[in-house]
Amino acid sequence: MTVSIVVVSHSEKIADGAVELAAQMAPNVVILAAGGTGDGRIGTSLEKVMAALDKAAGGDGAVILADLGSAVMTAESALEFVDDPEKFLLADAPLVEGLVAASVAAQGGADVEAVKRAAEAVRGPAHGGDAGRQVVEEGSVTGQGPDFTGDFEIINQAGMHARPAAKIAGGLSALAADVTVNGADGASMTALMTLAAGKGSVLHVEAWGADAERAVNYVGGLVQAGFGEP
Amino acid sequence: MVLDAAWAVKWLNLCAEAMAEHRVELIELDRAIGDSDHGENMDRGFQAVVAKLGEGTPETPGAALKLTAMTLMSKVGGAAGPLYGTAFLRAATSLGDSAEIDPGAWAEALAAARDGIVARGKAEPGDKTMVDAWTPAVDAARAAADGGSADVLAVLVAAAEAAEAGAVATDPLVARKGRASYLGERSAGHRDPGAASSALILRAAVGAAA
Repeated sequence: MTVSIVVVSHSEKIADGAVELAAQMAPNVVILAAGGTGDGRIGTSLEKVMAALDKAAGGDGAVILADLGSAVMTAESALEFVDDPEKFLLADAPLVEGLVAASVAAQGGADVEAVKRAAEAVRGPAHGGDAGRQVVEEGSVTGQGPDFTGDFEIINQAGMHARPAAKIAGGLSALAADVTVNGADGASMTALMTLAAGKGSVLHVEAWGADAERAVNYVGGLVQAGFGEP
Repeated sequence: MVLDAAWAVKWLNLCAEAMAEHRVELIELDRAIGDSDHGENMDRGFQAVVAKLGEGTPETPGAALKLTAMTLMSKVGGAAGPLYGTAFLRAATSLGDSAEIDPGAWAEALAAARDGIVARGKAEPGDKTMVDAWTPAVDAARAAADGGSADVLAVLVAAAEAAEAGAVATDPLVARKGRASYLGERSAGHRDPGAASSALILRAAVGAAA
């Protein structure tokens, strides 16, 4: 089983399109659209959201992403009616990027908390930030070096594009480790993409925390396998 | 006059009449500082409430308000759906299974409704939102109910008048929440549509008891 995702948008087309986009990267994840009103207008419907949550109820929980203010309010309202609220979490994240990151994390087997974190990890760049690059300062602040490191050369033709970045960020979000890749936050898909690391460039991975070694090996495994691409 | 289930049903029907009657006015207010759908959404939402109430008679005021809450959340579409839905739901919870509402219980139901709106929309008094109608209404209802001698009609009237004054008082405010906040200073000089519809709802409560 995997965590399901529910997309709440004012527009049925936005919700359906976002689901279509995310499904490309997460074929085994149930991603449900709850867009527009029951009669096909712009707006949000409690009934639609609750129907989606109902469909997701049998699984390992669901993470909800919403677009604008009242979609968030409708999602929050729906959460007041669910039987086991700890299984359903509303992510505070930009809809499309958050959805893709969440879907990839769910595809990687992350639990509901980790899927929510994966969605929210993309929000730095959407709020301005330093060209999307989120540097984890932990090591430099505490003066403690990383618990585990590794250097891996990119071998696939296309380098670090969206799908590899999503794979790295998605998998790392399920691990108990803070990870940087060439200084960028490893759990942030957008931060990884802004590295613009092409074929032949070397990724320096540093990790802190209980799963530090697993995290570095996870990234290394993906990179060395060319992310499953030519 | 007792505020029982029959009063609640009449109130909600009068809300629907008021929304239909003031539909264009609410649309105009929302066009100035929002997305111009408030009148249409509220009209549609309360017409759906009327249809639901026609399917079966609720046994208590609380049951009528809960039915209203669920219907508004599903049918309104805009931000008013979850906001009013939460307001009616919290009021219904506050009233519980009581067959009749006394002055104190009405004041507390209004307070619960207002708290629900604040919890859902995160707005504070002065943000130019429906909270600016509800908060003075709660204060006025509590003051009237605390007088002890007040009959329930006087408490309804106090709340409605305070909500109307509160709605008018949003005219000069600069919006800090909702779609109107994108306009910044340009939102001043227009009444908040949500505060205006809130006043209509609380005025209808008086009409149902008259």
